[in-house]
Amino acid sequence: MLNAISFQALPPDWPGGFWWHWLVFTIIILAFVVGMVMAFIYTERRAMARMQARLGPNRTGPFGVLQPVADAIKVLLKEDIIPNKADKLVYWLAPAVAFTPALMIFAVIPFQNGALLADLNIGILYVAAVSSVTAVGIFMAGWSSSNKYSLLGAMRDVAVVVSYEVPLVLSIASVVLIAGSLSLNQIVVSQTIPFILLQPLGFIIFFLAGSAEINRSPFDLLEADSEIVAGFHTEYSGMKFAMFYLVEYAEALALSCIITTLFLGGWRGPFLPPWLWFVIKVMAVFFLMVWVRTTLPRVRIDQLMALAWKVLFPLALLNLLFTAIQVLAIPMAMSWLMIVINFALAVILITLWARLFKVGWGRVEV
Amino acid sequence: MKSKFFGSGIMKGMVVTIKHLFRHPVTAQYPEQRLNPSRRIRGVGLVWSQTRCTGCATCAKTCPQGAIRIVTSASLPDNKYKVEEYEVDTGYCIQCGLCVEACPYSALYFGRGIEKARYRRGELVETKEAMMETPDREVSGYFYPERAAKLPKQTLLLEKIWEKK
Amino acid sequence: MALKTEPFAVNIGPAHPSTHGVFRMRATLDGEVIVDLEPVFGYLHRGVEKLAEERTYTGFIPLTDRLDYLSSMANNLGYCLAVEKLAGITVPERAMYLRVILAELQRIASHLIAVGAFLNDAGAFMTPILYMIREREKILDLLEMVSGQRLTYNFMRIGGLSQDVPEEFLPALKKFVDEMPRWIEEYEQLLKENEILIARAKGVGILTKETAINIGASGPVLRASGVKWDIRKADPYSGYDRFEFDIPTGETGDSYDRYRVRVEEMRQSVRIIKQAMEQLPAGPVRAQVPHLIRPPAGETYTHIEVPKGELGFYLVSDNSIAPYRLHIRAPSLINLTALREMVLGWKIADAILIFGSIDICMGEVDR
Repeated sequence: MLNAISFQALPPDWPGGFWWHWLVFTIIILAFVVGMVMAFIYTERRAMARMQARLGPNRTGPFGVLQPVADAIKVLLKEDIIPNKADKLVYWLAPAVAFTPALMIFAVIPFQNGALLADLNIGILYVAAVSSVTAVGIFMAGWSSSNKYSLLGAMRDVAVVVSYEVPLVLSIASVVLIAGSLSLNQIVVSQTIPFILLQPLGFIIFFLAGSAEINRSPFDLLEADSEIVAGFHTEYSGMKFAMFYLVEYAEALALSCIITTLFLGGWRGPFLPPWLWFVIKVMAVFFLMVWVRTTLPRVRIDQLMALAWKVLFPLALLNLLFTAIQVLAIPMAMSWLMIVINFALAVILITLWARLFKVGWGRVEV
Repeated sequence: MKSKFFGSGIMKGMVVTIKHLFRHPVTAQYPEQRLNPSRRIRGVGLVWSQTRCTGCATCAKTCPQGAIRIVTSASLPDNKYKVEEYEVDTGYCIQCGLCVEACPYSALYFGRGIEKARYRRGELVETKEAMMETPDREVSGYFYPERAAKLPKQTLLLEKIWEKK
Repeated sequence: MALKTEPFAVNIGPAHPSTHGVFRMRATLDGEVIVDLEPVFGYLHRGVEKLAEERTYTGFIPLTDRLDYLSSMANNLGYCLAVEKLAGITVPERAMYLRVILAELQRIASHLIAVGAFLNDAGAFMTPILYMIREREKILDLLEMVSGQRLTYNFMRIGGLSQDVPEEFLPALKKFVDEMPRWIEEYEQLLKENEILIARAKGVGILTKETAINIGASGPVLRASGVKWDIRKADPYSGYDRFEFDIPTGETGDSYDRYRVRVEEMRQSVRIIKQAMEQLPAGPVRAQVPHLIRPPAGETYTHIEVPKGELGFYLVSDNSIAPYRLHIRAPSLINLTALREMVLGWKIADAILIFGSIDICMGEVDR
């Protein structure tokens, strides 16, 4: 049923010629990112407030819709303070280096069948590679503000990002095994059953690893108020700080888009136009992230690293192994069998790991 | 692990949070919605009655902060004290209520004002003309239950309906 | 080749991100681990004990409100009991029962903030503290109905209460007491079995039984270490021996146990309020006491169980209208002396969580 409704694939140089295609899609992507980031900020503040039994911002504009605009204007008008001993060039470049990769990820995300900026046949590998460059930007920010606490925060962040890349890429590999191609458009087209049903453990691992990569609760110890430092962006103010703030939400948007594409079936769905389904699914994933942020307390740094290496990495490896066995052994017609096997596997593995492994060190003898 | 399935504690917490999404918020939109304060509210600023005050200065002696200033003079025809100045410095007053309780002639009441910010410290001192009871300057029911019964009821959060049954 | 490292000192400064007042900790860190901690306080010192010598006995009651400003009724009660013991005044029965009801309401309110701030320090982004503040708002509405103020009540007098409670107080109190257990259940469901909280708080900051008794700790900090000591049972005051209630204790004395003990104490307070409401007699609420009271010359030490621990008033009188000397034994200050021992060997994030679980109020520590 879902196959019959999939739209005609758009040709790779759609209005006519390479440069028109590039221009149209760049505009679409920029509008999408700016609009959705503002919608995300608004949703986060209102939904989190309603879950805390209060109203969110509702004074600026009808229902408070212009609140992100007011925040942006306020931040633009602030004074730009640069510390005296900072390394000027690196300090100036760091927000740009952090922001650009977040924007480049959107080049390969399909809004409709074939509606991408560039249908690379190494799509998801490009995403994994580009998203690691953000860590370089964050380290540049921490290094150039001549503040030893920013440097500590930035080094912690780089350690976290590098550690969580491994389970992230392994769970992507499991999805690619089932789909049979690295291109994101192809992955969506081959999702007759959404992959979240076929890969529940993979979805959980990807969600946790992705949240840790973008420094979102419950893994946001680098921007936390109850740590003694404010993290790598302590010394930034004005527009540069706004760029870091934007980076956080743009990466959340990128993560939501990728989760939608890989696990939830991208633009597939009956009755409504495909790009509308895409937006609905992205908002649903983001709502899940807001819900998790409102409820859970924060994880400590050593518990975070232990979670990556002792829990998520072996689970991702085992997931890959069992997925490979199933792809070889079970024919395509009996895919529902994979659902049952994978759910049972997820329950067994999580229970086993919870009993066997202790996360985090205890007290150190002084 | 106490929980039989790792993650059940997290799930329970998330159920509680999502239930709140379907309830009304408990906040009130000030200044459009104002809640009724208590009938016994100890507001900023006192209410003084010129007819009943005899200038005995019990209130000034009881005040722990020394915020009340009374100047009297003898008035010979009636052989009574004439109160010339009666000033309360609301910047020093901590609204403790000991002066209202101490007055033997029931000449001093609490006011009900709460939005009493001023730009200069000198404007916080209230003189006796400003302290009389007028329809604008209501009297609170602190220590005087018969005045409390005439005031509107207090808004209680207990009575606010914020769950859709 | 071993890496050469060197410990460095860091200042967790007076402008605290956690909500406990102006308090400074100088921590010496070796990597991430704390090897030494020195608390520095005194930023809120106001000279309350000296001011007592210049105010009358009744005029000092507003100042006791401002000691531990989150539990004012309990401080008022302790001071009034001390003066009544010195002057030999008996309090009417109705006043005794009402004092118990108000003190237990205040205990619930203070523990709500303590638990909320602890969970906020653990990192749950304001959600638990906002829920607790909603419950506390109900209690503050009730106390505003009685006394007219929301934070510094100044309601108890030497010889009883200032005035009787209004007639709408008891039905509202009954409604509150009927609904409260349900909300405590819901908040437990939110974060009691949360795996992240258990991983962060269980086994962290252990205070052993011997250390707790040696330093003179009191209140939930002592009871979480396994010592069953509550002044309401051991040395009853104001009619507490007529009520039935349990004393919750912990087993290991870590931060998680301190959090559990406070939640259980809230349940026991609801139980006490229910019993007091049933047994409430009619009658006057204030004994006939002269306005400028002059207790006979002598000294006394009176202690009561406030939410933070054992609050003691040492009062020396020389038959004049003002005390000769008043010393306040603040529970937060004595509990704070165990901080260094609890924190050594843990990391900075743990230090903040342990500090939040002791639950101090700087108004008391600095006086």
